[in-house]
Amino acid sequence: MTYPRKHLLAIEGLEPPHIADLLDLAESYALLNRSGKTQRDLLKGRTLINLFFEDSTRTRTSFELAGKRLGADVINMSVSTSSVNKGETLLDTASTLNAMHCDLLVVRHGQSGAPSLLSQKVDAAVINAGDGTHEHPTQALLDALTIRRHKGRLEGLVVAICGDIAHSRVARSNVHLLTTMGSRVRVVGPPTLIPAEASRLGVEVFHDMKAGLAGADVVMMLRLQRERMSGGLVPSAREFFRFYGLDAEKLAHAKPDSIVMHPGPMNRGVEIDSAIADHPTRSVIGEQVEMGVACRMAVLDVLAHGLRRNV
Amino acid sequence: MADTLITNARLLDPASGLDAPGALLIRDGLIADCGAGLTAPEGAAVVDAAGACLAPGLIDLRANLGEPGAEHRETIASAAQAAAAGGITTICVLPDTDPALDDPALISFITRRGEATGSVALLPYGAATAGCAGKELAEFGLLREAGAIAFTDGARAIASARTMRLALSYARAFGAFIMQHPEEPSLAAGGAATEGELATRLGLPGITPAAEAMMVARDIAIARITGGHVHFAHISTAAALDLIRAAKAEGLAVTCDTAPPYFDLNETAIGDYRTYAKLSPPLRTEADRQAVVAALVDGTIDAIASDHQPRDADDKRLPFAQAEAGGAGLATLLGVTLARVHAGDVPMLTALGLLTARPATLLDLPQGRLAKGAPADLVLFHPDRGWKVEAGKLPGKAQNSPFDGRALEGRVLGTWKAGRRVFGG
Repeated sequence: MTYPRKHLLAIEGLEPPHIADLLDLAESYALLNRSGKTQRDLLKGRTLINLFFEDSTRTRTSFELAGKRLGADVINMSVSTSSVNKGETLLDTASTLNAMHCDLLVVRHGQSGAPSLLSQKVDAAVINAGDGTHEHPTQALLDALTIRRHKGRLEGLVVAICGDIAHSRVARSNVHLLTTMGSRVRVVGPPTLIPAEASRLGVEVFHDMKAGLAGADVVMMLRLQRERMSGGLVPSAREFFRFYGLDAEKLAHAKPDSIVMHPGPMNRGVEIDSAIADHPTRSVIGEQVEMGVACRMAVLDVLAHGLRRNV
Repeated sequence: MADTLITNARLLDPASGLDAPGALLIRDGLIADCGAGLTAPEGAAVVDAAGACLAPGLIDLRANLGEPGAEHRETIASAAQAAAAGGITTICVLPDTDPALDDPALISFITRRGEATGSVALLPYGAATAGCAGKELAEFGLLREAGAIAFTDGARAIASARTMRLALSYARAFGAFIMQHPEEPSLAAGGAATEGELATRLGLPGITPAAEAMMVARDIAIARITGGHVHFAHISTAAALDLIRAAKAEGLAVTCDTAPPYFDLNETAIGDYRTYAKLSPPLRTEADRQAVVAALVDGTIDAIASDHQPRDADDKRLPFAQAEAGGAGLATLLGVTLARVHAGDVPMLTALGLLTARPATLLDLPQGRLAKGAPADLVLFHPDRGWKVEAGKLPGKAQNSPFDGRALEGRVLGTWKAGRRVFGG
């Protein structure tokens, strides 16, 4: 297993063998988790801190479980309600963490680049758990693993990522990962929610959802933040659902065996119809959560190899 | 004060086109003579320039000095130190301070504080609107009498077309221009980088480069109906330069400047969220940078300003979108400009003219030229001597240089203000 960096801050810049190795390792953790066995010696004596500047239940819990299954001491810090509001800066937080001898630091922050800034100041290996509108690398890994388990490969697949691409870190990480692995990636959404020069990222841009879904193997929906409507980027939830919400009629344009994904939490009736979200064969949303734990175990595993042996 | 003769110099005077070996005689704070074959009068101090370049002291068309209100970032005393080390002898001071320079007493305060430094003249801009808030016009007449050189709201765009129309009309009565921060605010709000592929990859809120061109287009139209003189600050895009070029050809009273980051760096300098390279306007694409270089040469740009915007560590050590925009620019103004000369992009006299004679003409100042009777504001520099820009080691208080780590050729050896040596020696 080769992973070239101390931190996992972004998918952009990783090469196909790094991604493939991470997915293989995650696959083996998925099997281990299903078998009910654990491997609690790998991170024994290591401290993992979940530093969340934004609320998150799913991602934080997933990292917590991953850390515990590998034997780490896991501490959750939700900073949105504590010292940062009292004027403590991000870098003050970094020196606090250094003093606590944290080994692995999982960071979620509302600002793009915040984990990168922290990584320059802390001794720990930093894992980006979502920064602003930049990246969410472990989400892309778990999405790729889920796709691979269903389709057997990533190369050559048509993947349509739909909705608010402009403000989505999930979309960016997925675009980087899937284009690197040879998938044909489309982004689908109204022009106000497509970022500038999106096609320069190696994707095809669609504003018509049926055209965007035509022949797709994978349909990946994104969460539409409510504030996008108050900001005027889309006029209303009902108009958005009419043109860009995933329902049976639009999904019929994708391949008959296509799978439907969503990073959660879902806005039912805004970007996805409940009948699709809960579809027994097409929806793999529950499996994404399962693969999330496995992928995060794989990431903790490879980053632990780079840690100094100080225990 | 005894006379001083600077001998063995390469005299560079953009106003007259002089580029020749010679000497320069300083007497009573003025240039008494300059040229070849001068000999030292009885009792004169002699400075051997050893072949280095002697040029008029630089006139910085736009800088924020931290006073009043942001003395933790920069003070007039610390900025004067950086200016002297950078060969700058005149600074035009922006009015968007706290309080804003919208009162005649504040204008005289800045002027007097400049005199007290003994090393740099401070020429304040008056606020274009009360409090630089963009609503009611400031008292142009009274501010002008107190010494305001022109009017601007500094880094805040005059957003209302009606306010801009009134300002450009009314300022005509007092012979002053209105300087605009050309950026349509409703398109720039919340933005941190130039909209495009890089901002998309970094997940940063973008500002479309068209925000500059559309404000320039609007204000040119207002200049046309009012006959007023509009000056555009820190032009950074090809589209805006094309509009200004056409307006000048039409004969309108339109001028502009740029700042070194816009002809020396492009947007890739923000790299891995480097906040020292976060500026307003944001750094642009390579094609825009090249257009700025071309406009330095063809005369479309009237001056190079430092656009000095002091920031402290707490302003900059933040995630990119939350960090303050602005870069320190006094100490690097000459060196970064000379980099274009060394690259062969801009002739030496053209480059120096943008830092001396042309801003002097714009503001009708006596300095900025090597002429008998002109103030002896001078800079002596070695054009090839290298140095490295290192944040933390720059003269002055503000260390937020977007050029941190950049190697430069062109080192100031001495600066004279009104005949008195204020740096080097």
